[in-house]
Amino acid sequence: MFTFNVEKTKETSAFTNDVLWDLLIVGGGPAGLNAGLYGKRKGLSVGIITEEIGGQLHNTSDVDNYLGFKKIEGKDLSNEFLYHINSLYVPIIKNVRVKSINYINPDFMINLSDGKTLKSKTVLMATGGSPRKLAIPGEKEYSNKGVSYCTTCDAPFFKDKHIIVAGGGNSAAEAVLDLVPWANRISVVHRSKWRADQIILDKFNNIENLEIHLNTQILEVLGNEQMTGVKVLDKITNEERIIHADGLFVEIGTIPNSYLVKDLVKTNEIGEIIVDDSQMTSLPGLFAAGDVTQQQDKQIIISAAEGAKAALAVTKYLNKYYKGE
Amino acid sequence: MEKLLNQELQNQIGEFLSHMDKAITFVLFTKETGCETCQTTKMLLEEISLLNDKMTFVEKDLNRDKEEAKKYGITLAPSFVILDNQGVYQGVKFNGIPAGHEINSFLSAIIDMSGVDFGFDKEVVERVKKIDKPVNIKVFVTLSCPHCPGAVSNAHRLAMLNSNIESEMVEAQTFPELSKKYKVSGVPKIVINEKHELLGNQPIEEYLNTLERL
Repeated sequence: MFTFNVEKTKETSAFTNDVLWDLLIVGGGPAGLNAGLYGKRKGLSVGIITEEIGGQLHNTSDVDNYLGFKKIEGKDLSNEFLYHINSLYVPIIKNVRVKSINYINPDFMINLSDGKTLKSKTVLMATGGSPRKLAIPGEKEYSNKGVSYCTTCDAPFFKDKHIIVAGGGNSAAEAVLDLVPWANRISVVHRSKWRADQIILDKFNNIENLEIHLNTQILEVLGNEQMTGVKVLDKITNEERIIHADGLFVEIGTIPNSYLVKDLVKTNEIGEIIVDDSQMTSLPGLFAAGDVTQQQDKQIIISAAEGAKAALAVTKYLNKYYKGE
Repeated sequence: MEKLLNQELQNQIGEFLSHMDKAITFVLFTKETGCETCQTTKMLLEEISLLNDKMTFVEKDLNRDKEEAKKYGITLAPSFVILDNQGVYQGVKFNGIPAGHEINSFLSAIIDMSGVDFGFDKEVVERVKKIDKPVNIKVFVTLSCPHCPGAVSNAHRLAMLNSNIESEMVEAQTFPELSKKYKVSGVPKIVINEKHELLGNQPIEEYLNTLERL
């Protein structure tokens, strides 16, 4: 039987380009949506600009560590968030990309991929992260020819196939669970030890045809027209060998989507936006929350909480420090 | 028979579709044998069309109604097109059932085809209208792909703005031979005029950059 993941909203209706917004939020994941909720409740004129509602919530099937939900699918949690903020009529402009953000003291101009320009007193970067790549030979060549970064999207193409999952954190462990209904053999390859929660790893006990290769580094993706396997280095024995497989799902964390503001604010050595206790960046009026910041634990509930903190801090900033109007 | 859309979904979708402007028509092509999802797709279109009186649902048989199928370039089942209020085919086609996440590109297409402004900037609209070569866009999707509906909606909007452009969603699992032919092992995969490929959800600008180079 089919299911239906309706996430339609009355977006765009209130999105006019000729007003000066109090707060525009870039990103529609947990941080951005919660900031929308808190900002609206404080009476701000607030809007959300996002390519997709839910952000990285869609990259996992089950979420079982968000307080109040013992177990919920990522997409359902995303919909719960959306229904909540829709009840407050927070305008959302979807399916557009922000091309650039310019600071014209004291305001911000946001240029969108559909040609619009929006103006706001403050901006919240809640842009999250994109899948980190292995950066090894063959990875780009076999991208979408066996190499995938979205388990929920691409698992159906690997029915009864052998799949390698690269990574050792929670997202890699969850990917293994997501692939069980499809793959006939799963191999986890990770360069060090498990970092995933034990409660997820405990679920591996009943999986047949699961092989775990820890302390093993993937050196190269091999193939002809399609990927056929990977070359790996066993870091204990220092020996190289080939693991033949039909697919490689890369789940090794994210890189921060901070490129829009990299010339405006301070970032750390891996590009994460540095924020203070109130989520403000080095540029007054520009805030950041969630996985795009230097905050170390990339968790849904932490991102949502940071979104709330940011919206409250924006309110204080507008009352006390904003120099415009 | 149990409905595909429960009451909550009907309410939610009905509320969204209350913003429709003009009337539209779905023309669905099914076949009697060898089509696992034809009946379910028919149910979906029937149930959706009952949620607002601006929608008309018509069912055709791929093998019997050959002339009609040819008119819309339909060779697969289930496959359907959405016609505007004049009954004109604007190049918007769905091959396979738009369930799962893909319900969102279906609902967008209904609203867009009904004449609600989809909010593109004038400059973008002008660029789309200048495309003067025949364009076919296939967007391969899976129903579990959250990034796919955006790619489908953008392609469909291009088709609605320019009669040289045709856009079709292809549900990869329903048509494995087509997926194999186009070497689809990741979605969304966008194939333009059979040879240009874009991977991942693309904003309208990326589509335009490719179309302008054809």
